Amino acid sequence: MIDAMKNFTDAEIEFDKGRSLWQDAWYRLSKNKLAMFGLVVISFLIVVSLLTPWIAPYGYETQNLALGASPPSAEHWLGTDIHGRDLLTRLMYGGRISLLVGFAATAVSLVVGVLWGTIAGYIGGMTDTIMMRIVDILYALPFMIFIILLMVVFGRSLLLLFLAIGLMEWLTMARIVRTQVLSIRKQEYVSAAIVTGLSHWQIIRRHVIPNVLGPVVVYITLTVPSVMLLEAFLSFLGLGIQPPQSSWGVLISGGVETMEEYPWLLIFPGIALSVTLFALNFLGDGLRDALDPKANRG
Amino acid sequence: MSLLDVNQLSIAFHTRDGTVNAVQNVSFSVDKGETLGIVGESGSGKSVTCYSLLGLIPMPPGEVVNGTAVFDGQDLLQTSESTMRKIRGKRISMIFQDPMTSLNPYMRIGQQIIEPLLLHSEISKAQARQKAIALLEEVGISDAAARFEQYPHEFSGGMRQRVVIAMALITEPDLLIADEPTTALDVTIQAQILELIRELQQRRNIAVIFISHDLDVIKRIATRTIVMEKGCIVEQGDTATLFANPQEDYTRALLASIPTTAKPAEFAYDSAEGEQTFLSVDDVRVSFAKGKERFVAVNDVSLQVRRGEVLGLVGESGCGKTTLSQSIVRLVNIESGGITLRSSEQKPLPLHQLQGDALKATRKDIQMIFQDPYASLNPRMTVFNTLAEPIKLHGICHSAEDIRARVLALMDDVGLERRWANKYPHEFSGGQRQRIAIARALAVEPKLIIADEPVSALDVTIQAQILHLLLELCQRHRLTMIFISHDLAVVRYIADRTVVMNQGEIVEINDTETLYHAPQADYTRKLLDARA
Repeated sequence: MIDAMKNFTDAEIEFDKGRSLWQDAWYRLSKNKLAMFGLVVISFLIVVSLLTPWIAPYGYETQNLALGASPPSAEHWLGTDIHGRDLLTRLMYGGRISLLVGFAATAVSLVVGVLWGTIAGYIGGMTDTIMMRIVDILYALPFMIFIILLMVVFGRSLLLLFLAIGLMEWLTMARIVRTQVLSIRKQEYVSAAIVTGLSHWQIIRRHVIPNVLGPVVVYITLTVPSVMLLEAFLSFLGLGIQPPQSSWGVLISGGVETMEEYPWLLIFPGIALSVTLFALNFLGDGLRDALDPKANRG
Repeated sequence: MSLLDVNQLSIAFHTRDGTVNAVQNVSFSVDKGETLGIVGESGSGKSVTCYSLLGLIPMPPGEVVNGTAVFDGQDLLQTSESTMRKIRGKRISMIFQDPMTSLNPYMRIGQQIIEPLLLHSEISKAQARQKAIALLEEVGISDAAARFEQYPHEFSGGMRQRVVIAMALITEPDLLIADEPTTALDVTIQAQILELIRELQQRRNIAVIFISHDLDVIKRIATRTIVMEKGCIVEQGDTATLFANPQEDYTRALLASIPTTAKPAEFAYDSAEGEQTFLSVDDVRVSFAKGKERFVAVNDVSLQVRRGEVLGLVGESGCGKTTLSQSIVRLVNIESGGITLRSSEQKPLPLHQLQGDALKATRKDIQMIFQDPYASLNPRMTVFNTLAEPIKLHGICHSAEDIRARVLALMDDVGLERRWANKYPHEFSGGQRQRIAIARALAVEPKLIIADEPVSALDVTIQAQILHLLLELCQRHRLTMIFISHDLAVVRYIADRTVVMNQGEIVEINDTETLYHAPQADYTRKLLDARA
């Protein structure tokens, strides 16, 4: 209800435009060339992924067995694989899956981690101790083995992959959020909100969560690449995405097998993954600098 | 020739919003054996000036536009970093504001004190140690040999500042720059540290540049004074003359802002309608777990607040004044005793027992203003949303149009321009932020306002404005107020009655003027003497 009237106007008074902390951060980010490069790359990849079914040069499973594995050419810019499938097309479809896994698993960790961390940090005391000990215990589990077991027992499904990775990544998120909330809870504006008579839930929603979002955004941009890497790793082991679906990890895994004869099958997926990881990390670093309230206002 | 000659110094900062001329054509000199006071409000450039002498300004965004600072034949602004390192800490030392953060918590204080000495001169560790112990004794730390091995957290704030001073003096510098060295300390401790700096300065015949926002402190310590405003020197001269006979309007305004008088008669408590107790605090006790023991913050305190009065609550840090106020607004729970609110229209309410909706309903009647206007406003909410939130919560107004009108009226009330409604807290100055916080407290039409050190984070001219605003608002809205402060002069200006607290107990409670002129308790007298 409050947000609905964020920027009202008036016939008589000309209101000064406010500059929120987000706008400030955006300004600082826009000055960071590497971060902007990262942002452009990520945006480009997302757009391409969304449009893939319409813009891909060939069908996803279109084979040209006669062609076999051919090096990059005018018809097939990045060459074809051993079944004569266009590598560019495969890369585009694989990117969809890789990005989807990256973002979806991060979203799972975001929701669980932020809620868990906020509740633990805000309530404090015994609740906090118990909740954080649970996190500690989960941390101690060998998650890689856990995921591999899950995949083996339940079979390889995309949904399971999201869940498994997301449930592993939320632990760090919860810790980060909790630390932030612990300090925010002691801020005078929270005391002021209590004195005003807001309920705890209202305080958490309006005063606590908006103020933890900065570090959370940074952590998201650093989680997405680590999740993508994890997916690539699982796919490489043959535990991730199931062919004929592909992801960059699957393509890299396939490329490694034929590295000596058809190096382009390894090089291009490798480049795609590396560039994406670089871009996300640059963006994350840039965001961390931009959102740091103590950063110099250059 | 002077020890330090600063000539036409100009420093600019290049920021996103354009270039800020932090210091403009500042010239002054310091001689051996004198204390130069630099006084000014925040943003006046007093710290930047001194930091630039030691090469402590980050460049960029900072830039020395022009000027020289000749120290002992050498221009400090032109020296290389390696030469500067030899001067910094050896010939020129610095004391910073906060003794809590200027010592490394993981290092024994002895190690920290001898570090600059070992760095700058050929001296054995044993000799350095002897020298440090002698110096610790000189700055008034008893049993220095034993305390040499202790860590900073084992010292109180005042003792820590003594350690910092010892650290600054151990290399026998010619010039000591002290940046607000007493601001973070209690008044009685402040008086001791000032005395110490003066003694050391005379005994060692060094030059001191003493930076402060506090005119009173400068008046007591400086031989000469510079008044700065917005990067320029407004006036400089012999301290006694300058204070007795200020030449410039700005200096006069500064001096006039220091509260020195009793509460203005037009705002005085009016008992014509009959005295009514509005809030009574009976034998309240609050304690916190501290290690294995319990620390009693408020020890069986009783007091009454009359409807329509301003009650001053004075004491040094840790005396329990803030805890007491927080127990009234239920930010902390009391251990025993009772707090009763007596609104005329309802039966007495036991504040300390209320829960749920009943508590929420009384929150409307009691509001709080906090000390730090930088921390008490949610940085992600506009002024409008900050003020609209309590109005909606308590259903003061319902339609969007009414809420809007009420917010704008509140802004008028506290002297904020309406067109700022969409701005965020970080876009305002400290004084303006405190006005926002005051408006938020007023938004729900409270009957009692608890103001916890509302002006101590503000500049003196702003402080005067805010105090006046509070008095006006109290009268206009018929408010009762509990005003908490460590500063007796401020309390004298605003409060009808004053309560002095020390170590969780009430030392004295009386009409403010009576208490001020004829203090009964020793502790009150000590507090008053520390300021005089």
